[in-house]
Amino acid sequence: MEITLFHYLTLAAILFVIGVFGIFLNRKNIIVILMSVELMLLAVNINFVAFSAYLGDLHGQVFAMFILTVAAAEAAIGLAILVTFFRNKGRILVDDLSELKG
Amino acid sequence: MITGAVFYIFASIVTASALLVITARNPVHSVLFLILAFFNASGLFILLGAEFVGMILAIVYVGAVAVLFLFVVMMLDVDFAGLRKGFLPYVPLGLIVGGILLLELIMLYFAWNTAQGANLVLASPIDGGARSNTHALGNIIYTDYIFPFQVSGLILLVAMIGAITLTLRHRPGVKKQNISKQLRTQPSDVVELVKVKNGAGV
Repeated sequence: MEITLFHYLTLAAILFVIGVFGIFLNRKNIIVILMSVELMLLAVNINFVAFSAYLGDLHGQVFAMFILTVAAAEAAIGLAILVTFFRNKGRILVDDLSELKG
Repeated sequence: MITGAVFYIFASIVTASALLVITARNPVHSVLFLILAFFNASGLFILLGAEFVGMILAIVYVGAVAVLFLFVVMMLDVDFAGLRKGFLPYVPLGLIVGGILLLELIMLYFAWNTAQGANLVLASPIDGGARSNTHALGNIIYTDYIFPFQVSGLILLVAMIGAITLTLRHRPGVKKQNISKQLRTQPSDVVELVKVKNGAGV
């Protein structure tokens, strides 16, 4: 039972599709949408690290680290916007987000 | 053999907890399953020999991002039951889109092959066991990737400042200590000598 690159890529594809499906399923809940985005970024990270390990090149792991950085920044900013939005509206509905102009 | 078993254990837990993240009724449960998914993904990374990224994943994602989510979910008093309403019409559409995407990705992986001689042009080959993973990564990050590394630090700084400015608010009517005003106070400002007549109050 040899674990090949294909196994890891399939796992990452499944995880990515779960993230996409999560956005459809929780269409109104911004918090779970942000979590789905985190899941998709995790799938991309798995792809990077799996390719890095199976091709024997270390640069993929460096890129996985950069993705991690961007994901952390994105979560921080997104949640800060969410908190401000909740303070102003008293609820978090995706439908209200179109009012965030200018 | 043992590697295969460990891979399947980690992979199945990651997939199951990812499914529970998006289907759980309570967002707190979602966050907790997200933490479980991150922990198992970091186990997968360690299985691949990428210990440093695995550990960073556990520290950054579980320690910072997931706890941030947990804070926000618990801090906001949101009617989560109302948020679940009306999602049923979107389930078939989501299933179709997700199913097509998954099929395409897996078909792509079947048809995909490494190019001939790809292992001859590796930028920084992994040397088997001569240096630890962290050592080798550090050698690359602080030489080839020094500018992207600095820029990623800058991104985090901007994110921090942005999050603080977004959530900071100045409320009127809050009593605060103003140190310089305290230190500038003279005795003449606060002490007043009053002549009090005999038999009269102040």
